[in-house]
Amino acid sequence: MTQLKATMAGTVFTVNVAVGEEVAAGQVVLVLESMKMEIPIEAESAGKVTAINVEVGDFVNEEDVLVTIEA
Amino acid sequence: MHKVLIANRGEIALRIIKTCQRLGIKTVAVYSEADAEMPFVKEADEAFLLGPAQVQQSYLKADDIIDIAIREGVDAIHPGYGLLSENAEFVRKIQQAGMVFIGPDADTIDKMGDKIGSRVTMQAAGVPVVPGTDEGVASLEEAVQAAADIGYPVMLKASAGGGGIGMVRCENEQALSQHFQSIKTRAKAYFGDDVVFLEKFIANARHIEVQIFGDHQGNVVHLFERNCSVQRRNQKVIEESPSPHLPEEARQRLLQAAVDAAKAVDYKNAGTVEFIVDEDNKIYFLEMNTRLQVEHPVTELVMGYDLVNWQLEVAKGNELPVKNQEEIQSTGHAIEFRVYAEDPVTFMPSPGTIATLDWGDTAGVRIDAGYVEGDKVTPFYDPLIAKVIVHAKTRNEAIQHSQTFLTQVNIAGLKTNIPLFNKFLKSEEFQTGDYSTAVLPAWLDIQKEEK
Repeated sequence: MTQLKATMAGTVFTVNVAVGEEVAAGQVVLVLESMKMEIPIEAESAGKVTAINVEVGDFVNEEDVLVTIEA
Repeated sequence: MHKVLIANRGEIALRIIKTCQRLGIKTVAVYSEADAEMPFVKEADEAFLLGPAQVQQSYLKADDIIDIAIREGVDAIHPGYGLLSENAEFVRKIQQAGMVFIGPDADTIDKMGDKIGSRVTMQAAGVPVVPGTDEGVASLEEAVQAAADIGYPVMLKASAGGGGIGMVRCENEQALSQHFQSIKTRAKAYFGDDVVFLEKFIANARHIEVQIFGDHQGNVVHLFERNCSVQRRNQKVIEESPSPHLPEEARQRLLQAAVDAAKAVDYKNAGTVEFIVDEDNKIYFLEMNTRLQVEHPVTELVMGYDLVNWQLEVAKGNELPVKNQEEIQSTGHAIEFRVYAEDPVTFMPSPGTIATLDWGDTAGVRIDAGYVEGDKVTPFYDPLIAKVIVHAKTRNEAIQHSQTFLTQVNIAGLKTNIPLFNKFLKSEEFQTGDYSTAVLPAWLDIQKEEK
């Protein structure tokens, strides 16, 4: 199981995957907007999305768990 | 004008307060919870909390800001740049409340805020525009057809876009297909309007803009140009005036086009007309910014004028302090560096607490800083910590002074782009002054290859 965390505080700009979806390593699963910059959050390894903890527009803090992926 | 509310934050709020203080005008700051301890809040005569850190819940709450202004007996509202500065509805509400907006008319903002509309207006005024579509492209099929007519590469842009957001360069049909929907999505998310259009990408172009000023008596002047070609992610990091390697004949064409553009929309107060200048010194209108620019100090240092003071005079209904174009002269050379809280290599934002902020010997250097040592740079706003502006007799002297100054600056606690400036200033690309908007990305690629 891999937990993708926010690399810095920001607002969830897009959520590009759904629960149950298979993702590839390096795929951008979510984009944060912080300090007027878009920050892509990529899957570290291939697997299935089992949980998405945020919605577009949510503010998240650094280290918050955004998405869970199981191999 | 006795009391001005500043609907902004950080360095630009402080900059406006400074001129108001000099003129004996009281200032009112508005701020978010994240900014409660910021210098601009302390420096204003009065300050009022708007709400939580997120701009939608604080600095973009137009009605709340206007309510505070009415309650506190404010005469005028200065919007700074960004945030509500180009929001025509905000302007109309201020005027309906019986106060003065320190900026152009709402109708002018409306006309120029829409990139497609402004292209059409400028063409009608005889100002050359970049070849492109004069209407939004509604579907990918339409975009592909239009791009084929224009010729690749093209820029796909949000009509309501700004600040480098909502635009992408497409080399071919595949890239256009890949980016079309995402630019529409971003345009909707950032600007509330998903209309996109296409422009020809002009290779090896310079981004040069002209500071213009108009008053209510119909006077319009230019205050010369700024070269803003040093950019990362389509956002400016270094600006200079005058623009190097611009033949005098081309400069005159550029300045006249800017004045024509301003007159075409009956422009009042401070504005900037942005142009693309190609390798043959052909000029193309890009957009008009209906506000004071981040880089206005570059103009202030070569002109010797206080542009905020000019804004206040025009807002009061007075004529421009200098309306005879021949009297307006540019002296020496000025360069501005935007000091951002970001990684100097990846440009990733670097929020945090400024543990040390030591500018060193600031003789001959203007620093417009929004922060002091100990302040937090939060992730809620753009990462601009300060602007460093150097003015000297010649470009070479300005570069040398910049090098001496920037190497002694000590900012600790977060990353800044000062190491980038220290390396880039020594590069042949910058030293010669013969550079285009591709200069910084290309130079960074060379640095990576050499490692």
